[in-house]
Amino acid sequence: MTDILQLLIYGLVLGSVLTMGAIGVSMIFGILRFAHFAHGDFMTLGAYLGLSFISAFGLSSWWALPAAMVGMAVIAVFIDQVLYRRIRRTQPVILLIASFGMALILRSLVQLIWGSDNQTYTSGIQFPWQLDWLGGMRLKPDHLWIMLISLGLVAGVHLFLTRTRLGKAMRAMSDNMDLALISGIPAERVIMVTWVIGGALAGAAGVFLGIDTRLHPVMGWTTLLPVFAAAILGGIGRPYGAIAGGMIIGVSMEMSTLLIPAAYKPAVAFAIMVGMLILRPQGIFKGTV
Amino acid sequence: MSSLLEAKGLYGGYGGADILQGTNLRVEADEIVVIVGPNGAGKSTAMKAVFGLLRIREGEVRYRNETITNAKPEQMVRRGIAYVPQEKNVFPSLTVRENLEMGAYLMKGDLSQRLDKVYTLFPKLAERRRQQAGLMSGGERQMVAMGRALMIDPQLLMLDEPTAGLSPLLIDETFERIQEINAQGIGVLMVEQNAKQALAIANRGYVLATGSNRHEDTGPNLLANPEVAEMFLGG
Amino acid sequence: MELSGIASYLISFLTFAGVYAVLALGLNMQWGFTGQFNIGIAGFFAVGAYTSAILTTPSSPAYLGGFGMPFLVGLAGAVIASTLLGLVVGLITARLRTDYLAIASIGIAEMVRLFVKNEDWLTNGVRGIAGIERPFADTVLDSPFVYLVIVALFVAGVYFLVERAYASPWGRVLRAIRENEPATAAAGKSIAGFRLQAFVLGSAIMGLGGGLYAHFFGFLSPEAFMPLYGTFLVWVMLIAGGSGNNRGAILGAVLVWGVWSGTELLTGLLPTEHATQGAALRVLLIGVLLQVILVTRPEGVFPEKPPKLITRKR
Repeated sequence: MTDILQLLIYGLVLGSVLTMGAIGVSMIFGILRFAHFAHGDFMTLGAYLGLSFISAFGLSSWWALPAAMVGMAVIAVFIDQVLYRRIRRTQPVILLIASFGMALILRSLVQLIWGSDNQTYTSGIQFPWQLDWLGGMRLKPDHLWIMLISLGLVAGVHLFLTRTRLGKAMRAMSDNMDLALISGIPAERVIMVTWVIGGALAGAAGVFLGIDTRLHPVMGWTTLLPVFAAAILGGIGRPYGAIAGGMIIGVSMEMSTLLIPAAYKPAVAFAIMVGMLILRPQGIFKGTV
Repeated sequence: MSSLLEAKGLYGGYGGADILQGTNLRVEADEIVVIVGPNGAGKSTAMKAVFGLLRIREGEVRYRNETITNAKPEQMVRRGIAYVPQEKNVFPSLTVRENLEMGAYLMKGDLSQRLDKVYTLFPKLAERRRQQAGLMSGGERQMVAMGRALMIDPQLLMLDEPTAGLSPLLIDETFERIQEINAQGIGVLMVEQNAKQALAIANRGYVLATGSNRHEDTGPNLLANPEVAEMFLGG
Repeated sequence: MELSGIASYLISFLTFAGVYAVLALGLNMQWGFTGQFNIGIAGFFAVGAYTSAILTTPSSPAYLGGFGMPFLVGLAGAVIASTLLGLVVGLITARLRTDYLAIASIGIAEMVRLFVKNEDWLTNGVRGIAGIERPFADTVLDSPFVYLVIVALFVAGVYFLVERAYASPWGRVLRAIRENEPATAAAGKSIAGFRLQAFVLGSAIMGLGGGLYAHFFGFLSPEAFMPLYGTFLVWVMLIAGGSGNNRGAILGAVLVWGVWSGTELLTGLLPTEHATQGAALRVLLIGVLLQVILVTRPEGVFPEKPPKLITRKR
């Protein structure tokens, strides 16, 4: 029982990371109609930007978070303006190829700048709290923070999408691009904000991943598949679905280690995704097929 | 005094061959103008071209004596021209109120007065303001669509087949609403399949065929014209 | 000595380019002809390579088989195995938007890699399979040059096959689907069926490429099937050469493999302690090359010149 609870916690932590990535993937798909394959490497780059920031100023590991979020928001907009914007008028699949290429460019940049070795934010080991009232389950403070901050960010995205003019315009564009243009909604500005949010959340996901485990140039790429699985499960183009999708995939991946070797964790995400594609491709919350 | 809208000799289409073959249109302030014609005559195409949704290769569109040929939709909205497409004319996952707000995206300041105006015209929308537009009936969605367009307080309202797919009762109601909107001093340009009813409330009408003007007259005169009746109105 | 060194480098270069040409032709079948976005090429490539390796290597206690079968049996096995994989992936995704295929295909590639890496009984895991022989082993014909000729023959054969397919009525339907899916469906063609056929055929060709690679390189390990080598380079080749154009696919393979090998010579000049950075720099260059092509010349060096469709749009 304690084992299961323990895995549930790990699952929710992983789920938080996946949710941060999947919201961005889902929003970008909703507005720009393509699956953004560089999103995993956005996470990686964010994690490393955070690392450089804290080591340059000698700050504690959590300072990596705002640095990564701001940095990735800027970089995402920059990449969109320099590359994606130029090919937006052609078919969306060309954007798919371009983003796949961008994934490799970012990864090799990370390798060039920071090297290929594993790195960590802090060298010490964090001692978990032993929760005797929960059967002696252990909870690391970092894990608690990851879950709480994710919750806060999700709430922030929710408020933005439902309470602000720009957020509503983003949902409107995702719903019906032509009508949005007819209504005079400035598409380019909405697209830019989409990248700001998508980039910032990817940066957060990267830092969470780095705090939970370690930093490595392929950390994001290997997380991309579960992130897509979460987005598809929640209904692609539906940011709220991404939250449910992220949690289900995260928890399933951790729970699966009770039954199968841990090396096959990504396979669990993949299996759920394939099952979803066969049974209900529009996702739990009916996204855009 | 110049016309509200005047389009002269429009040629253009969807990239391939021209669908519009020298179309002319004119709307005076406070007029209802109806475009009728057989399928494929280029009625909707003409509306889209005027609103800048497809490229005009040749010809000119003037609004209040200002050239707006091939201007972007955003600039049309800023000038007070609103357009309601025939299909997919609401944001399905947004609530009714949010749909209306999106109509006024470019308008500065408080929206409550504009909202009240739309709610007065369509009381049903006030009741349903929190409902998702995608879950509403066809008639209600048409109200949302018109309401969204009215949020900018337009001088010219362009409607592409506003009664398509509605029941006879709702068609009557829609035409009544259009007259009410017009009575507020808003010029209306619409494409309609229900030609008889539409021409009956219209000040003037155009009969379009293969992308060019076939007839142009007052609504009653067109209805009385035997050639028009035979060609397009089914006797 | 100098001269034979250059000759053997050239032979090796061209053989690699040939293997990639086969992969690019397979991708052209899927992407160029029907617009199906497969970025799991590495998976089909790996399945083909491992199947052929297991079938042809001498018996080993470390992994399944080997069965010591002849070269051609190995290749046939490679084609069959990748066909089956293509059928499974295709059946799942043929009805869906191409974005889903793209996502599912990286999943397949990752799954294949995970499986190859972790199932030691089948593939010897990370230790890999060594001693895969060229055809005509221990005869006078066992030479890199002869193998280059064999690969070239296979490239020619595949080229001939896909050219025929492209010009056939079947190929016309494929292009019609790519250009205007609703109209083709309205004409009574089963879109999903045609897509599936093209996808499976492309997968089979990729499997063949995998088999040819295994017998050339002689050693397989999971690292050879990272998305970079297996998938990305093939995509750059096809895009650079001109998607939809089979000659473009082959020329793209040679050109991009040339650029890729050229960057290796360049980064080889770097001091050895920067070797990993050098590799990253090469990827960066190829990635930028792709983006430049996409922005400036998305139709590639040799754009598609389709034979006239009977029913032209007006």
